Amino acid sequence: MGSIITLSIVQSALELGCIYALVALALFVSFSLLNIADLSTDGCFTLGCAVCAAVTLAGHPILALFAAMAAGVCSGFVTSFLQTKLGIESILAGIIVNTGLYTINIAAMGFASNINLFASDTMFTWAKEHIGGTWYKLIVVILIVAAVGLLLSLFLNTRIGLSIRATGDNPDMVRASSINTGLMVTIGLCVANAMTALSGGILAQYQKSCDINLGTGMVTIALASLIIGESIIGRGSMLKRVAGVVLGSCLYRFIVAIALRLNVPAECLKLVSALIVAIAIALPYLKRQAVFVRQRKAARAQNQVYLSEMNTEQSTEDGGGRSC
Amino acid sequence: MLIMKNITKTFHPGTVNEKCALKGLNLELAAGDFATIVGSNGAGKSTLFNAITGAFYIDRGLIVLDGEDITYKKEYLRSKTIGHLFQDPLKGTAPHMTIEENMALAYLRAKTSSHAFFSRINAADKKKFRENLALLDMGLEDRMRQPVGLLSGGQRQALTLLMATMVTPKILLLDEHTAALDPATAEKVLKLTKDIVAERKITCLMVTHNMHQALELGNRTLMMDAGTIVFDVRGEQRADMTVDDLLEQFAKQAGKQLDNDRILFSKAQK
Repeated sequence: MGSIITLSIVQSALELGCIYALVALALFVSFSLLNIADLSTDGCFTLGCAVCAAVTLAGHPILALFAAMAAGVCSGFVTSFLQTKLGIESILAGIIVNTGLYTINIAAMGFASNINLFASDTMFTWAKEHIGGTWYKLIVVILIVAAVGLLLSLFLNTRIGLSIRATGDNPDMVRASSINTGLMVTIGLCVANAMTALSGGILAQYQKSCDINLGTGMVTIALASLIIGESIIGRGSMLKRVAGVVLGSCLYRFIVAIALRLNVPAECLKLVSALIVAIAIALPYLKRQAVFVRQRKAARAQNQVYLSEMNTEQSTEDGGGRSC
Repeated sequence: MLIMKNITKTFHPGTVNEKCALKGLNLELAAGDFATIVGSNGAGKSTLFNAITGAFYIDRGLIVLDGEDITYKKEYLRSKTIGHLFQDPLKGTAPHMTIEENMALAYLRAKTSSHAFFSRINAADKKKFRENLALLDMGLEDRMRQPVGLLSGGQRQALTLLMATMVTPKILLLDEHTAALDPATAEKVLKLTKDIVAERKITCLMVTHNMHQALELGNRTLMMDAGTIVFDVRGEQRADMTVDDLLEQFAKQAGKQLDNDRILFSKAQK
């Protein structure tokens, strides 16, 4: 393994892990807490990427990140508006927005299918000057993820955060409490999509380019990260669970990095990703099944003893001349 | 405290399932009144509660709570001052959130202004939650960081009661809230209800199928049938009443025998 995992692989896996962790955190809010499968994630990720690239190109790399988040909020608002005000099923609302975003994303990039930022200043070029060394990118993304994660876990314990969680957890209770469920879904999706778009924005600056197909499959990857994280950490305080999601995202990147190191051809990467996702999602279930099978085996062994005891008792009774 | 005038509600109007659930119902509760409600199956007891909480808008009539016309006030806006407990103990709490988080939610929603979105609970609030939980005598004060889903039905219902009354509501609606619990737990939750309601002088409506409870608890007994209140008894007349008197009154007022099997069953039990 020593030869497979080099320092530079660890570094880039951590960097990408932290960047994509924001999408996983978005799904943590929409999927785990609000119980909504938000399929606009792919398009929203690209939206953040496109908006950030466009604004960065115009010479405002920091403003670009906030612009990406604002775009994400708008996207989340539209998705929730379709759900709460127009009565469209949440999955459909996500798909509709995702489709529409394709055009919006192309438009945000000035009707081109990609933008490159090789000549532009990004926050990473700023960090290179001020922090230096080889770890400056990692330091920047860790700082951002730590700040977002901390703010998110604080937010989820405020009145509105608790209300959002209750909305996903027990609709009956929420209906009997003074909680406006439509508003909670809206706020939750806005927060989630802001994080998704921020993630896309950071990625645009990180790889100094943006492509219209960048977000494809993002929802699956984020879901895998989320589930890996949740199965490692389990339940606990919000801070702990948020940290678990970030950890899950980094772990996912490590798995992908190892697959690449094992000379998996680049064309097969999507298939490998899909496999990892399937395994990650199936694993908690398989674990429970394994426990059950072990238990059943132990119980059966014990039951055999009981059954043979009963048989011997019965045969002695039968010997006593019982008719049935 | 609560005035309901000529309340009418028809479900599925114009279809074969048309059901007139409330038919010109009138009810007035003074502050501190604790009224029990009995009635046949489908008499409109739960519908009455849902009309008060705003689960639907009534077709006709007026609802005034504490001097405020709430007839067309949105459900989530009025429920801030209304406590509502259901028969199903799972309905009142969020299972994947901890006891502390559930209490924080109930506390913050009722206590803070509706614009204080980012308010949080502090150490003093937590201490208060702990003291409140200790009053339940169920050991919950040492399990505050556990998810509510791990609690038994009785524990969850007791917690729901605590949450509903954490900030004194203008009216507390109890919809057979002990009916799904085992006898010992039901007894405990009922005693808790009595204590809290008496101590804080909460105006309270309680649906019950137990005729003894209907006469023992509170200061008024209401009987419902076919969407109206057919009998309202209080004071000395109520104190002298027996369960048989009550059943007799029902037959007289409603023009038929009480057909709530659970009521009759509970009568047979005692």
